[in-house]
Amino acid sequence: MTTDVRPGLKPVESGVGLFPAMAAVFMRDVRVAFRQRQDLLNPLLFFIMVVTLFPLGVSPEVEFLRQSGAGILWVAALLSVLLSLDHLFRHDFDDGTLEQLVLQPQPLFALVLAKTVAHWILTGLPLVVLTPILGIMVHLDGNSIAILCLTLLIGTPVLSLIGSIGAALTLGLRSAGVLLSLLIIPLYIPVLIFGTGTVAAASEGSPVAGYLALMGAFLVLALTLAPFASAAALRISLSNS
Amino acid sequence: MSEPLLQAVNLECERDTRLLFHNLSFSILPGTVTRVEGPNGTGKTTLLRILAGLNDAFSGDLLWCGEPRSHLRESFLRNTLYLGHRPGIKPLLTPLENLRALMAGRRRVTDDTLSQALAGTGLAGFEHVPCRNLSAGQQRRVALARLLIADEPLWLLDEVFTAIDAGGVKAIEALLQQRAQEGGAVLVTTHHDLQLPGMQRIILGGGERDDN
Repeated sequence: MTTDVRPGLKPVESGVGLFPAMAAVFMRDVRVAFRQRQDLLNPLLFFIMVVTLFPLGVSPEVEFLRQSGAGILWVAALLSVLLSLDHLFRHDFDDGTLEQLVLQPQPLFALVLAKTVAHWILTGLPLVVLTPILGIMVHLDGNSIAILCLTLLIGTPVLSLIGSIGAALTLGLRSAGVLLSLLIIPLYIPVLIFGTGTVAAASEGSPVAGYLALMGAFLVLALTLAPFASAAALRISLSNS
Repeated sequence: MSEPLLQAVNLECERDTRLLFHNLSFSILPGTVTRVEGPNGTGKTTLLRILAGLNDAFSGDLLWCGEPRSHLRESFLRNTLYLGHRPGIKPLLTPLENLRALMAGRRRVTDDTLSQALAGTGLAGFEHVPCRNLSAGQQRRVALARLLIADEPLWLLDEVFTAIDAGGVKAIEALLQQRAQEGGAVLVTTHHDLQLPGMQRIILGGGERDDN
């Protein structure tokens, strides 16, 4: 922090505070997304299609769907978040918005966090909202659907946060898609295991508080560490461009 | 005010195993316009990105107000305006929304000020037209509108005259000169034949390049 202000220089405090700056980043992303709705619909349609194709492709048996329904929904949600990740920084990188973001006086990790939250609200949250309908389609009972929604509500922000690191790291590359998946999927596996494990435990009638606590721990960990990693990765990607 | 804002000491940068420049030292004083010159591919943009803090792949020292820049990062970022090749204009947003978003991280400005700045670059009446419907030159002008309301003492402008018509070029030249008279420092890269009284030059790629 600077305390001495040289003549002619604007003191850092004369700028914009952290929260208004984060809100501005968030609002811009939301606004851009709503001007380009097909990008918003893509992950949702993918999610719905995968879940509807499973009964047709594998087995429409009630027993099979009830057993594997939660898993199918979780995998579909995970892949659909993965699909949308490449857009997280790509457009900003191409049009120069990202350079301006890095050069803002506010800490970059906070601005990246604002972008990631926008990404989650635009892709992860709609998946959670759709889950009850698709849950009924795969014959999940009410309790399982509630728990599934809860795990997705905790889990999808983790997917966005971890994904933001991969998206930032692969930004400067021409064929980023494959590498992004390779980098990120191993990190998604624990979230997937505990997400589906929670629902399985709930359907057997065992207590789920422990599972949920672990998922919560994932979220807290991702929330506190991922923005720093993404910010550092963004600087590297921009430095090499 | 005679203390240099930004000082580069023995900058050296290599890109793809090619030495772009070495032993490059200069000072940017308040109230000056400096033009970075050199043929294509001699590192003008790279130099500007290094100075702006976007590129860390260099050796040498950068001093901001006499102290290492890394110690005063916030102050440096608050007091420097960088406009690159890619000006940070979102095609889906309107000029007003774009300008508002770009200023939002820097300082508080009212929409009236933003509209006036847009009008000052000849975009009056286009405030609410999505930028993708504007011409390349008009999109550049949206970014340039920032110069009319910028309060940062140091401007780093990369190829600022690209896609701008003759009248616009004159207006920018006048703006840069006025800025220098007010005590601001401006660093530009351009292929346009910019001639301002008292202009400094940094010439890249002069004799130090071994072509083979």
